[in-house]
Amino acid sequence: MSETDFATRDIRTGRLDQIDYDNNFEDLHAPLSRHEAMVEAERCYFCYDAPCMTACPTSIDIPLFIREIAADNPSGSAKTILNQNILGGMCARVCPTETLCEEVCVREEAEGKPVKIGQLQRYATDHLMATAKEHPFKRAASTGKRVAVVGAGPAGLSCAHRLAMHGHDVTIFEARAKAGGLNEHGIAAYKTTHNFAQLEVDFVLGIGGIEIKNNQALGRDISVEQLRDDFDAVFIGVGLGNTNDLGLEGEDNDGCLDAVDYIEKLRQTDDLSSLPVGRDVVVIGGGMTAIDIAIQTKLLGAENVTIAYRRGQDGMNASLYEQELAQTHGVVIRHWLQPTALISNDANEITGIELEYTSQENGKLSGTGEKIKLEADQVFKAIGQKFDSSVLSDAGIELEARRIKITEDGKTSLAKVWAGGDCVAGGEDLTVESVEDGKLAAESIHAFLTR
Amino acid sequence: MADLTTDFLGIKSPNPFWLASAPPTDKAYNVERAFEAGWGGVVWKTLGSEGPPVVNVNGPRYGAIFGPDRRLMGLNNIELITDRSLEINLQEMTEVKKRWPDRAIIASIMVPCEEQAWKDILPRVEETGVDGIELNFGCPHGMSERGMGAAVGQVPEYIQMVTEWCKKYYSKPVIVKLTPNITDVRYPARAAKAGGADAVSLINTINSIVEVDLDNFAPVPTIDGKGSHGGYCGPAVKPIAMNMVAEIARDPETAGLPISGIGGISTWKDAAEFISLGCGNVQVCTAAMTYGFKIVQEMISGLSEWMDQKGYDSIDDFVGRAAPNVTDWKYLNLNYVTKAKIDQDLCIKCGRCHIACEDTSHQAITDLVDGARKFEVIDEECVGCNLCVNVCPVDSCITMEQISGVDPRTQKEIDPNYANWTTHPNNPSAVTEPAE
Repeated sequence: MSETDFATRDIRTGRLDQIDYDNNFEDLHAPLSRHEAMVEAERCYFCYDAPCMTACPTSIDIPLFIREIAADNPSGSAKTILNQNILGGMCARVCPTETLCEEVCVREEAEGKPVKIGQLQRYATDHLMATAKEHPFKRAASTGKRVAVVGAGPAGLSCAHRLAMHGHDVTIFEARAKAGGLNEHGIAAYKTTHNFAQLEVDFVLGIGGIEIKNNQALGRDISVEQLRDDFDAVFIGVGLGNTNDLGLEGEDNDGCLDAVDYIEKLRQTDDLSSLPVGRDVVVIGGGMTAIDIAIQTKLLGAENVTIAYRRGQDGMNASLYEQELAQTHGVVIRHWLQPTALISNDANEITGIELEYTSQENGKLSGTGEKIKLEADQVFKAIGQKFDSSVLSDAGIELEARRIKITEDGKTSLAKVWAGGDCVAGGEDLTVESVEDGKLAAESIHAFLTR
Repeated sequence: MADLTTDFLGIKSPNPFWLASAPPTDKAYNVERAFEAGWGGVVWKTLGSEGPPVVNVNGPRYGAIFGPDRRLMGLNNIELITDRSLEINLQEMTEVKKRWPDRAIIASIMVPCEEQAWKDILPRVEETGVDGIELNFGCPHGMSERGMGAAVGQVPEYIQMVTEWCKKYYSKPVIVKLTPNITDVRYPARAAKAGGADAVSLINTINSIVEVDLDNFAPVPTIDGKGSHGGYCGPAVKPIAMNMVAEIARDPETAGLPISGIGGISTWKDAAEFISLGCGNVQVCTAAMTYGFKIVQEMISGLSEWMDQKGYDSIDDFVGRAAPNVTDWKYLNLNYVTKAKIDQDLCIKCGRCHIACEDTSHQAITDLVDGARKFEVIDEECVGCNLCVNVCPVDSCITMEQISGVDPRTQKEIDPNYANWTTHPNNPSAVTEPAE
């Protein structure tokens, strides 16, 4: 399909001055100062059986850590956090607190203003990471057991840390050149500034007994069978390797991009001005990735960024807070629109997208037949990621809903093999859930190894 | 609008809000700023004898405790009486009184416990034309080490003796300022009355150490590694002060003795409470030292609004109204039975009432009802203690409601008649007819 009415295609690098790149990608929320943290901490009611604690996937003792901040004990506070969630620093930055702890805060019920739990958690963990002379946890005596962890993302790091703490020796196999998983490659840049993901990896490794082997991909360089033979236990936390396609003609054309790939480039580049960005950008999707790519292309200098989502606002996986964050950055969110065709020029370059209005009846979504065209120099696909089960080869691990099937404590159907994080069935693919998966699996592995 | 003017011992002031003898009233500059801001009167910072003035420390002289957001809850100080010469103070008092005839000015005095010392200073104070004197028998630090201030206030005989001298050598009203650093405030109050005092004012500051610096293990404020106890004041001392005021107000021996209330008064409501316990006026210091003189505007407006709402035309309409309701425990009605009631619409489900009751009281509040998080009072266990009301962060969410009929806790019919401990069968000294 082609369209000649559109303006000249405009994709450029270096749309902004360096100072603007620096400002745009600075911390979304400035860290709380000591006084701000003390004042905010005093707002916590120290609830009995606190709802926030129940809402936290890692069950952090939130009233206790906040009281420790209020009592001028930020290091003790950080230990309370990290004891339950070793990636508490990153979770403080990326957790959708508005749908977890802060949503159920009794202050939200009382006055619509929850205690800023996420920012307080960051205050404490930042304090500890900046001031602690040594790692806050000690390893137990060596057990002589060896565990292979596949994937150095939140699930793998959490699992490895807890195993190391119990005295086991851990080898992490990471497909990429750098550890951190989505923390390093996927989270929006303005949520984890100043190389925090790598600082946190270093912090986690500070416990000792964890070795990371980079550029070791499951299914390519290593296999489940081989790891089972070489190690006493295996944990798989490989995340989601594939993304979904639109299924439209022209998806390979210049300008039709995978949002996850683009964000990874953005996270890894030293020079944001080197990233090509269109004047008009359309994002397809309704989840966190859609929000992240939309905001970040806007911050890179795109003039018009539109998110097109095929259902209504309620259906969006991105939280209301994230939707509003996009809108305050100037992103337009349009609902009830599904892509029907990519529009390209003669050089097979994207110039626009055709979308069809949708409606929903009895839960079934269908096109109304009415179509619109939007000018687009870039179309980003952000319609979900999927597990690449080919990495498991034929190890015989059972799947469920096209991801790895596990028990409550992370066991797969294959003996000696545990799994967690986004690659397993269930959950909402949150960082904090992955951390919990890794932690629970580590406890289960520990019980297995010391039975 | 309500009339806030007060006539305390014949001393008139446009409102009952006086500044207490303290740093805010140390010199003409401050006092005139206070009058411009609207204060009804001041008790001038305490004068000492003729001669070289006292010296203060040159390091920090205040320490504090804080509530949330560094709200100052209690202040202590190790400052002494005025460190300016007597002559300058007397001269300024004379001038300010001339310029502000409608405002009350009281001279606070602290000189050695010798008749001659009082005989020397009182005529000079009289010459200034100020409205009265206040005897500083309360300052608990520094001066007390030299036999003055609280050292006098702690010995009723000295109080009476000095008061008598003052009545002998001074013609205008004499107010005796009492120290709280004693076991029973009624004794010094009685002594003041016996000495002919026209009024007492209380409380002065409380002996205190507000903080220990954990880096050098020294009290705060720290002077070169050491600290000394200071005088404690501010919102934190208000309950202690009000009890002492009430003790004097309801003591038959001192009943009717005018009282100037002091101790943590920060708002109109604090002032109204002191006045209702029997104070003819109030004195303020810490609140002014925290926020500046402007706070008197809130006090004037608040008191006036409240009096209008209640239909009180003048301060006298409610002076001492609460005093008769302060009684001994043994006279409290044991047939007054209350149960806590939680307004589920207001409840924000923090659970503090439950855990306070469960851990530290009577296990009378649920945490779960039919498996859901819900906090309800179990009347069979509730003794009506009010702890849940006090720990609840939501105003009016939990209330104490009087019940009648059968008390679910005791399974006994509640006697509708008043009965107190004096007739209770468990009282070994019980009498048949209730006292009071």
